[in-house]
Amino acid sequence: MDNLIALLIAAPLLGAAVLLCGGRKLDKAGHWLGTLLAGASFVIGAVLFVDMLGRSADHRTVTKHLFSWIPVEGFQADVGFQLDQLSMTFVLLITGVGTLIHIYSIGYMEHDENRRRFFGYLNLFLAAMLLLVLADNYLLLYVGWEGVGLASYLLIGFWQHKPSAATAAKKAFLVNRVGDMGLSIAIMVMFTTFGSFAFSTVLGETGGASSGRNTAIGLMLLLAACGKSAQVPLQSWLGDAMEGPTPVSALIHAATMVTAGVYLITRSGAIFNAVPDVQTVVVIVGTVTLLFGAIVGCAKDDIKKALAGSTMSQIGYMVLATGLGPIGYVFAIMHLVTHGFFKAGLFLGAGSVMHGMNDEVDMRRYGGLRKYMPVTFVTFGLGYLAIIGFPGLSGFFSKDKIIEAAFAKGGTEGWILGAVTLLGAAITAYYMTRVMVMTFFGEERWKHAKTPAPDQPGVEPAAQTHGAHDEPHPHESPKSMTIPMIVLAFGSVFAGGIFGIGDRFVKWLEPVTSFDHGNSPVAEWTVTAATIVCLLIGVGLAVAQYGRKPVPAVAPRGSLLTRAARRDLLQDDFNHVVLVRGGEHLTRSLVYLDHSLVDGVVNGTAASVGGLSGRLRKLQNGFARSYAVSMFGGAVVIIAATLLMRAV
Amino acid sequence: MSFPLLTATAALPALGAIATAAVPAARRTAAKWLALLVSVGTLVLAAIQLVRFEPGGARYQLTESHAWIKDFGVRYELGVDGIGVALIGLTALLIPFIIAAGWHDADPLETSAGPDSSFAAGRWRPTQGFFALILAVEAMVVLSFEATDVFLFYILFEAMLIPMYFLIGGFGDRAHAQGDEAAATQRSYAAVKFLLYNLVGGLIMLAAVIGLYVVAGSFSLNEIAAARASGSLHMATNTERLLFLGFFFAFAVKAPLWPLHTWLPNAMGEATAPVAVLITAVVDKVGTFAMLRFCLQLFPEASKWATPVIVVLAVISIIYGALLAVGQRDIKRLVAYASISHFGFIIMGIFAMTSQGQSGATLYMVNHGISTAALMLVAGFLISRRGSRLISDYGGVQKVAPVLAGTFLIGGLATLSLPGLAPFVSEFLVLVGTFSRYPAAGVVATLGIVLAALYVLVLYQRTMTGPVKAEVQGMPDLKVRELLVVAPLIGLLIFLGVYPKPLTDIVNPAVRQTMSDVQKKDPNPVVEAAK
Amino acid sequence: MNPVNYLYLAALLFTIGAAGVLIRRNAIVVFMCVELMLNACNLAFVCFSRLHGNLDGQIIAFFTMVVAAAEVVVGLAIIVSLFRSRHSASVDDASLMKL
Repeated sequence: MDNLIALLIAAPLLGAAVLLCGGRKLDKAGHWLGTLLAGASFVIGAVLFVDMLGRSADHRTVTKHLFSWIPVEGFQADVGFQLDQLSMTFVLLITGVGTLIHIYSIGYMEHDENRRRFFGYLNLFLAAMLLLVLADNYLLLYVGWEGVGLASYLLIGFWQHKPSAATAAKKAFLVNRVGDMGLSIAIMVMFTTFGSFAFSTVLGETGGASSGRNTAIGLMLLLAACGKSAQVPLQSWLGDAMEGPTPVSALIHAATMVTAGVYLITRSGAIFNAVPDVQTVVVIVGTVTLLFGAIVGCAKDDIKKALAGSTMSQIGYMVLATGLGPIGYVFAIMHLVTHGFFKAGLFLGAGSVMHGMNDEVDMRRYGGLRKYMPVTFVTFGLGYLAIIGFPGLSGFFSKDKIIEAAFAKGGTEGWILGAVTLLGAAITAYYMTRVMVMTFFGEERWKHAKTPAPDQPGVEPAAQTHGAHDEPHPHESPKSMTIPMIVLAFGSVFAGGIFGIGDRFVKWLEPVTSFDHGNSPVAEWTVTAATIVCLLIGVGLAVAQYGRKPVPAVAPRGSLLTRAARRDLLQDDFNHVVLVRGGEHLTRSLVYLDHSLVDGVVNGTAASVGGLSGRLRKLQNGFARSYAVSMFGGAVVIIAATLLMRAV
Repeated sequence: MSFPLLTATAALPALGAIATAAVPAARRTAAKWLALLVSVGTLVLAAIQLVRFEPGGARYQLTESHAWIKDFGVRYELGVDGIGVALIGLTALLIPFIIAAGWHDADPLETSAGPDSSFAAGRWRPTQGFFALILAVEAMVVLSFEATDVFLFYILFEAMLIPMYFLIGGFGDRAHAQGDEAAATQRSYAAVKFLLYNLVGGLIMLAAVIGLYVVAGSFSLNEIAAARASGSLHMATNTERLLFLGFFFAFAVKAPLWPLHTWLPNAMGEATAPVAVLITAVVDKVGTFAMLRFCLQLFPEASKWATPVIVVLAVISIIYGALLAVGQRDIKRLVAYASISHFGFIIMGIFAMTSQGQSGATLYMVNHGISTAALMLVAGFLISRRGSRLISDYGGVQKVAPVLAGTFLIGGLATLSLPGLAPFVSEFLVLVGTFSRYPAAGVVATLGIVLAALYVLVLYQRTMTGPVKAEVQGMPDLKVRELLVVAPLIGLLIFLGVYPKPLTDIVNPAVRQTMSDVQKKDPNPVVEAAK
Repeated sequence: MNPVNYLYLAALLFTIGAAGVLIRRNAIVVFMCVELMLNACNLAFVCFSRLHGNLDGQIIAFFTMVVAAAEVVVGLAIIVSLFRSRHSASVDDASLMKL
């Protein structure tokens, strides 16, 4: 059985290798091969899941040591896997959603000449992501960690001929690298502290290390998580990452990769539990991001960027939950899974809308689409209800639990966190209703589409090359695209209930992450009621603003906050001024200095030697008598020196 | 007496160089094939060395010893340890690729009247000479990895400058070779700069070599080490430090370490891509190798004394090289500055004085050789197509030549030490090894991985992505010969990234020896120490 | 008579010779001054020989004479040929040996 774990990763890896090295001959069958292997991985995952369920809760962890990777004196890095309930959850999510998105992409990417390469990258992503969640030590996790970063880079920049896509890809990789730096420093501290970076050693001996070291490890892991999960202050890349094809946004930048940070913190729970100060930082990061993402999501007119803001905000919820310690881990993961369903569904829905609208992404040019795309409307609508936490749907169960957990933290802290999460729920309801209303309801604004706004960022390439000037003819997407959406909609509706009712998910994960009810000052039903009230306020506001009044085709100037939110709360401007400009100046002046100073010192030495010899040359004047003078002078000096030495 | 394998490994390319040079000019192609054949033969001999080498055995194996200059006690003494045999393997491995990649680099320049008139036009280039010089360099580099006699090593260390000088100065980019006076001036400037820097380094080393003989009365590494170990040879602290500095200076120029690095970008920029690979992937390794073998073994106390300064210089190299790489406009100079950054890692690993650092540094030498070769050779193919080294002259190549772009990206990813590729293993080992002794240096050096991502991705973005530039339109993709050069290198990068054990098995015992030379122990993990 | 006085004489002759070499322009005179210096040295040698009571100094004096004779042969030949080509025996005219 445990050999299957390696196969789980090997299947998509093989797909990536074959598809990327295969050449044009595979163009016709490549997408089928990629989908098949992703599906195979899902089947293997399901088999392992059934096997795991068959065992008692204490014996569910399976480990498999594959081979010794880097054996160096005092440093043992192994390739080994650990499959427990936490990684199992991820495996099913990754391979399940991954397979669906493979199927979706068959239709979505049909007219792309590089579809084979796209599937190769998708398979590569699956392999790396599985490696990330299955690794039994931090170094191997790091391999998967950077592997998904690479896949994300390749996929964001898939349409490389667009400079904006290439830039976005580079930015994503770079920002992630800053996070990776955190992870590698964390591993170094672990190594010097525990002499190992295997989960078993590090997490088992946390108590033996000083709190200073644990704090360092915790903060560095948090930095890593911030990079990968687009948390403040490393969140700037996620919005730009929407330059990638929509299936990529759904799989990588909504359902799986961006949640890796949550996985990392949950996995390293023992370390975070040992240092409450770091947990406070985690909570702060989560809270700030939660609001940040939500505010940004409210202001964006680009449907994908609005959803990206939402993703950021939802992951903020998860990170906040992980910061609560054992009260929150389970719910963070639960929200992660349900979010994986509904957000992937929402993105696929957005992709479907764009597919029918000539790749238009500006919601101000949508409107009234429910008549033309019924399947998309229904599935998107269910996803929408799930994310805002409509009672009975997935998001209701998972988000409500996080809000409860926030209150359960206790003390002033608990009240503040609870209030913020409730506020977040209200804003979520607001911006998602806004998206919903602007897209599917109201006036059909695309009918009289005039010239497209030339400076609209993030317009997908097809929009620039063809069709933008023609009036779009919205139509439903092909089956290959709608079926995955329907499946995900099912997930969005029922997953929460399946997990939440009877605390099934809590019991499932408890052996790995441990669980604590906390002592909530507020009764459970009060929280639920408050959540529903917030939800209604948010929906009501959005309907009043966008449903009752016509939506202007050009965004109004808006308040200061709106304008800032449109520009990602000026974070990019800050980055640009401080990092990009500053960096350019630094490198330029260094290039100059290298030439003039470092090289100059050497060249200067050479020049002064040359100058000296030029001067010495003048002594050689050809007059025999002056030579004689120097000879006599020399002789006199030598004699004088000899006498002087004698005298001394 | 057994077969002198070590001598043979160096003698084969040396004889091959003579034979190649002797091929008549009309039979250029024969000369190329001969050179390739000889280099493959050397690779076979190096492979035999690897097989015959026993990781757990004596420190120096396959030894040979003959009297040479009796009056001064100079002996022709050879022997390889794990580090040496790994680097010989790297050298022998890369040379066939360098030869194959430079297949047309030294062809007579075609003029309007056809290739035959090129001699008359004064643009005659000795094709055989190019390949003969490469083989000569290989012979000397291999022998210098084998030499256990300080004087013998010194001679080789200096002698390899001569063929390198001609390779840099005599054979420029085809792109610039078409009678461009300014380019010719630049090239000879680069060649002279290379020669002068290294000669000055060598001169100071010569003084130290003589000083060592005066103090120790022998040139033999084994004898001196044994005498030091038994206590029969005692060096005054200051003497040891001065001698150490003399040796280290020469190696730091060769390696190169900041601030002695400025010759490298010039040399790599002006030389053809295969020669640039020869410089950075092969010849420069002699410098870092010699730090491990001579500096640490002969002067352990002085090495420890100098460590803090050297580690700081290495960290500066890492960051400085990376920052300058970001600012470059020329593809080859960018790779050169990236190499300076990487050499900083190697030197930092050596002088961190931990097992992980030194194993990492040795692996780094091998991996850097392969990854730079992959990146630089593909860059060379790219440059030869467009005839320009400027990054701004490219754009959208990915659309036109996807295979070229793909291999370029993999080379770049190896350069930025992506996990899963070989350089990651070594870079992480160096970082961990350094961090456990000098946490601050380790953390600052980690910044290098962000900067590496920056310069590689900016380079890739500007050359390969975006709209296709008019000049790039119709650029052919990699030819079969070029693909054959790059594919094995990429395969090796992946293999050594996933399964570096064969290499670490060879290197580990040698590192253990070096660690015992300097009498340093790895710091214990904090938790264990507390128990 | 005190032999040291001969040493004073030798020093005097040497100084005269040296000054002549430096000051005079005529090659012949310079040449004669060089001879004067050589002979001053000879005088000093002989004097030292007497002072120390061995013959080393006298032997060296003979050597010096032989060398001086050889020098005269070569030197005069050069001066004559120089005079032939330049119609002047001034040392300053023959400043061809500079770079």
